[in-house]
Amino acid sequence: MDELNSLMQGFAVAMTLPNLGFMLLGLLLGILIGVLPGLGGANGVAILLPLTFSMNPTSAIIMLSCIYWGALFGGAITSILFNIPGEPWSVATTFDGFPLAQQGRAAEALTAAFTSSFVGAFFAVLAITFLAPLLAKFALQFGPPEFFAVQMLTFCSFIGMSKDPPMKTLAAMMLGFALAAVGMDTVTGQLRMTYGFTEMLKGFDFLIAVIGLFGIGEILLTMEEGLAFKGKSAKINFRIVWQTWKELIQYWRTFIRSTLIGCWMGITPGGATPASFMGYGMARRAARDKESFGKGNVEGVVAPETAAHAAGTSALLPMLTLGIPGSPTAAVLLGGLLIWGLQPGPLLFVEQKDFVWGLIASMYLGNLVGLFVVLTTVPWWAAILRIPFPVIAPVIIVICAIGAYTVHSSIFDVIMMLVFGVLGYLFKKLRYPMAPLVLALVLGDMAESSFRQSMLLSQGAVNIFYSNWLVGSLMALSVFLLLLPTWGALKNLLRRREARAYLR
Amino acid sequence: MKLTKIATAIGAIAALCAAPLAQAWEPTKPVEFVVPAGTGGGADQMARFIQGIVTKHKLMKQPIVVVNKSGGAGAEGFLEVKGSAGNPHKIIITLSNLFTTPLATAVPFNWRDLTPVAMLALDEFVLWVNAESPHKTAKDYVAAIKMGADNKFKMAGTGAKQEDQIITVLIEKAAGKKITYVPFKGGGDVAVQLVGKHVDSTVNNPIEAEAHWRSGKLRALCVMDGAPLPYKNKVTATQSWADIPTCKSAGIDAEYLMLRGIFMTPGATPDQVAYYVDLFKKLRELPEWKEFMEKGAFNQTFMAGKEYADWVARAEAQHVALMKSAGFLAK
Repeated sequence: MDELNSLMQGFAVAMTLPNLGFMLLGLLLGILIGVLPGLGGANGVAILLPLTFSMNPTSAIIMLSCIYWGALFGGAITSILFNIPGEPWSVATTFDGFPLAQQGRAAEALTAAFTSSFVGAFFAVLAITFLAPLLAKFALQFGPPEFFAVQMLTFCSFIGMSKDPPMKTLAAMMLGFALAAVGMDTVTGQLRMTYGFTEMLKGFDFLIAVIGLFGIGEILLTMEEGLAFKGKSAKINFRIVWQTWKELIQYWRTFIRSTLIGCWMGITPGGATPASFMGYGMARRAARDKESFGKGNVEGVVAPETAAHAAGTSALLPMLTLGIPGSPTAAVLLGGLLIWGLQPGPLLFVEQKDFVWGLIASMYLGNLVGLFVVLTTVPWWAAILRIPFPVIAPVIIVICAIGAYTVHSSIFDVIMMLVFGVLGYLFKKLRYPMAPLVLALVLGDMAESSFRQSMLLSQGAVNIFYSNWLVGSLMALSVFLLLLPTWGALKNLLRRREARAYLR
Repeated sequence: MKLTKIATAIGAIAALCAAPLAQAWEPTKPVEFVVPAGTGGGADQMARFIQGIVTKHKLMKQPIVVVNKSGGAGAEGFLEVKGSAGNPHKIIITLSNLFTTPLATAVPFNWRDLTPVAMLALDEFVLWVNAESPHKTAKDYVAAIKMGADNKFKMAGTGAKQEDQIITVLIEKAAGKKITYVPFKGGGDVAVQLVGKHVDSTVNNPIEAEAHWRSGKLRALCVMDGAPLPYKNKVTATQSWADIPTCKSAGIDAEYLMLRGIFMTPGATPDQVAYYVDLFKKLRELPEWKEFMEKGAFNQTFMAGKEYADWVARAEAQHVALMKSAGFLAK
């Protein structure tokens, strides 16, 4: 019970009045940052980091980590209301969140998203509190083949069960892979597919593609369909929160599954974005009414949000114990730690007890306060949908443009965002699925380098992917998930054949 | 006569006034501090640290803003500075990619396109193995590579055809065998791969591996500098940075330091350069800076002006030779 003692001391540190003030300030800033697409937690923290150098490190990290929680919460808002993921990990939230909003159930979707975020984060903090030393060791088991196996698992949990025509899914995914390959190849150090344009050097940023494909694409589509938001009839009152909570209890399985996926992905560190996709994919697989996913199923909001937050939170664990950042934001926080004179690593828990436990206690408090703040604002967010489309659409486009610009401070990115917008519109018109493209764009790069690193390590022998129990079981699980729908189809085919044979 | 006297007097006064006026250029807009690498890496940490203490000690009247332009192994950042000729409100911090990126990719930029300001420090490289590795010294390590087959030893490093891979080639030369080089995105990942025993060795910068060294997970074999490091405070229970022998003394002819220097946009005037040189001189006197230098075991050489430009020219020539012999030059 050493941990409990330390945690109580941590609460004493975090509960002081100035620290609570910094917490609230951080949360509000974070929500704002999360709502603005492109700005993102990592950029927000990086911008504010220098301001904190004259602060005491514990207060500084409490404020900055609260910006992180705030951004995690805020990312869901625009994904649900306008189909614009404010953060990469809220892409999966749009799949069901936006249809819900269109049906006038925005408040319900927001409540579900915020509550799931809280649940995911809360259990991840519990894991950090009691399992930190154990989990830290587990993360060390992950070399390139293990990472590739995890990325493979994400792909396989997501594809193979799509209701879209397989060829269209494949085409979208291949386009995603092609876009992911543009720019510097990390393994050979050569430029690929830049065709001599210096603007292409940095490749296609996932965020810019997503803002364009989803945000601008959606606006173009709405313009065509009559300049009005669907779902402006949203019921807006606080009772919705209670009603949604009552409904959410039935999704306890999804909560548990997504929390586990999220913690796993955060610690290993796979990141919040793959976690959200995997959470969504697994929930859809496990659900009885698979058809309702993508058309406005609350479970489709719960699953990715819980997973993303469990991952986002547990990503801080490898940062604190090993000095490897589990997410871009964690990477910036890591820089902050060094500047405050704290060396992250195995000894941080021993040498800086006050700091570490103060931070962990602030995770509990920050998430609780954060949930309260965002839930009280649900009606206001939902009310945005009542603003007439001709007023809000230009505002959204401006926000998208600012968001795309802030990613790399480059005008070329804003142009690319518009191009992606047109692409998104075409995709929707031609009924191509966008999720596989986005998934391939975000994971393609990572999966490629893990695969090639593994091949270098094994000198080209594929057996590295079943050389130990960890990578072997991960790969087996992904192959199983991939073949599962094929198996179903095969069974149907056989049954039909048998029936035909019987008829004959 | 009188008139000319007055004229000379006025001229002299004007000259006296003009000299300090010309000296006293200072930023009139926020200064953009470009980092040609991602967030969280060594250059980024240093840039943000500088931003923090410049703000804290009010060394500049205008704010300083750090911008990451990491695309194409840093080419994005260098091209941006190259393209902003005559804008004195933009400076860039360097990594070795100042040399390696244009050489390996043929992206059109060279340090001569920019205006050199000052060398802030040089980053060291240390040869690390896992603490449980059988190789106790750099000699053991090289002997083991010599004994084994080609590509049996695995080295993790940051990026491809950059400093870590260049050093790997130097070690290959000393051992006479090929080493498998596995590139990762960041130095932090690289160190953890070694702690997790997925590779045999790394050449991490001190700051990237310090925490793992201190907790007894890694062993430092040798440092790629001409002389042992000057930092005598114990880091681990038994060792300080100064206790690490040079690689040269172990028969690995690898001396490599990474430039942490500042460059400006093309066409900067001497007084603009002088302003920044002066700023960084003040910065170096601060206790926070000294603490930062010791933590990362940096080589604290400071240079400006011609001395700096000459050093960069020599470093460039060294990179051309190293990359040519390793076959890393763009065709």
